[in-house]
Amino acid sequence: MPDPVVTVENLTMAYDGFVIQRDLSFEINRGDIFMIMGSSGCGKSTLLLHLVGLLAPEKGDIRYGSESLFRASSSERERLIRRIGVLFQSGALLSSMTLAENISLPLAEFTKLSSGKIRKIASYKLALVGLAGFEDYYPSEISGGMQKRAGLARAMALDPEILYFDEPSAGLDPISAKLLDDLIKNLRDSLGATVVVVSHELPSIFSIGTNSIFLDTTSRTSIASGSPKKLLQETKDPRVKRFLTRDSSG
Amino acid sequence: MNASPSWRLDLVDLKTVKLSLMGDWTLQYAEGQKVEDILIALSRFSRDSLFILDSSGLNKWDSALMVFLLEFVKTVNARSLNLDISGLPKGVLDLINLASEVPEREGSEKKKSSNDWLTLIGNAGGRLIQDGLRLTEFLGDSANSFRGFLFGRARFRAIDFWLQVQECGPSALPIVTLISLLVGLILAFVGAVQLALFGAQLYIADLVVLGMMREMGALMTAVIMSGRSGAAFAAQIGTMNVNLEISALKVMGFPPMDFLVLPRMLALVIVMPLLCIYSDLLGVIGGGLVSVAFFDIPVTQFLHRTAGAVHLADFFIGMFKATIFGALIALAGCARGMQCGRTASSVGDAATSSVVTAIVFIVVADSVITLVCDRLHI
Repeated sequence: MPDPVVTVENLTMAYDGFVIQRDLSFEINRGDIFMIMGSSGCGKSTLLLHLVGLLAPEKGDIRYGSESLFRASSSERERLIRRIGVLFQSGALLSSMTLAENISLPLAEFTKLSSGKIRKIASYKLALVGLAGFEDYYPSEISGGMQKRAGLARAMALDPEILYFDEPSAGLDPISAKLLDDLIKNLRDSLGATVVVVSHELPSIFSIGTNSIFLDTTSRTSIASGSPKKLLQETKDPRVKRFLTRDSSG
Repeated sequence: MNASPSWRLDLVDLKTVKLSLMGDWTLQYAEGQKVEDILIALSRFSRDSLFILDSSGLNKWDSALMVFLLEFVKTVNARSLNLDISGLPKGVLDLINLASEVPEREGSEKKKSSNDWLTLIGNAGGRLIQDGLRLTEFLGDSANSFRGFLFGRARFRAIDFWLQVQECGPSALPIVTLISLLVGLILAFVGAVQLALFGAQLYIADLVVLGMMREMGALMTAVIMSGRSGAAFAAQIGTMNVNLEISALKVMGFPPMDFLVLPRMLALVIVMPLLCIYSDLLGVIGGGLVSVAFFDIPVTQFLHRTAGAVHLADFFIGMFKATIFGALIALAGCARGMQCGRTASSVGDAATSSVVTAIVFIVVADSVITLVCDRLHI
């Protein structure tokens, strides 16, 4: 039975009156790995920024459970935001802090745990992403792929219900990208979290996506949704078909 | 419903001990649970027993349970006890596997540096020497690049140079105006009070014009510019370093010394003497205002004394200083920018250190020039 964690209703996104996408309506169900796909510049990342509350919608609403993200008071909103974790495209680790400090930051701020316990949790999160022993490294001292995994560890710091990923495999080699996909899937299965991924990497889309929405650049709205594998077989829309089959003709 | 986390040990049969986890093992409630307590309790049983974990009473769980279990499993394994964890929820088992999948890499643990004072002093000294060497190297590089410029081989865009001239020159006029006028005022006031004791107020003009031309004009402009342009150079070049722009320039065949440092250095070297002339003038006006308004010296007399007191040599000493200071500020700013690390905070450090370095350089250079002028009687 579908159990929507996030509901988007008639969302229109715009920068200074310039509409990026209009009339988006979809639901993200508990336990889904929800892919936001579309070609470059169609507004995927903008949609992510709206979903996590960093940008306000021009029109429409985003609800977490039954609570509206944008109509909530600032304290309610803070509580909602704490239920989500975000992995930004570049990892966005704070460069002046070690990996352990990066992960401890939200724990120290939002929980009443002792510093010893926080350190243990930070170590555990790093172990989950395969970075055991790298607690005292600075982000600049590790590779890009490792930074991304450390970013994931930080996104998971507060055991969020919903994890957002912005282009998780961008800039990674195919094997690292595959490992990261597996990791995302594993974490979803074991943590029972809901995962939302912005991506245009077909291998990721097909291997982990259980549901999706397809944003189109020219018509500036969503033109397809559903399980990516099913979409590939059933879609009649040539734009979606071309995207999913990497067809550059026409 | 929230139940505080707890555990219980039961003897199932002679050889089997059951460890049951109950309640909510969440970050919010599980703070007080210690692995050591269970271990002490376990030690009451025979070492050959089979220990099984039971989670049927477990309600909610999150990272708190995971941290607890990982530590527990690790210590129990280290004591080579017989442990069966299959009774845990599937999610927990998956996470335990995931967390132990990639073992800690050999040697990834960082070495803690020693903290005794001798090491600290040694390290500080080492850094100072290294810093001096790097600055010297940078000076050499920029001289090299300047030679290339003289022979028309330097690769930079003229527009960059003019932009820097605009940024360092006209844009700095308001702050230079304010500071110079006030410095002139201060010089006149401090001097006049003393000179008035001998009834020699008329000599305020000499004091102000000589003070501004030989010393204060160049010095104050340099201090302003090191805070304004020097810090800006360090921050601009430092940010480019963070974004890998410097590397991009290098591989495209633009030596950053030519492309970034040279236009900035030329701009400051050209603009500084001009700003200094302006500052001298404003300082004299400031001094004149005080003389006329507070010490009843007629305007014409002030101008007459001013013209009589100053020689061309004084003016050129000031110009010379300003030029040298300009080069030093650009050097400090660009060098700190180029040495900037790859993190956000290192850009801030570069800007701070560029100002400190520039001011130290300026004061040292000023002392040397003043001393040399005194020896040469100019």
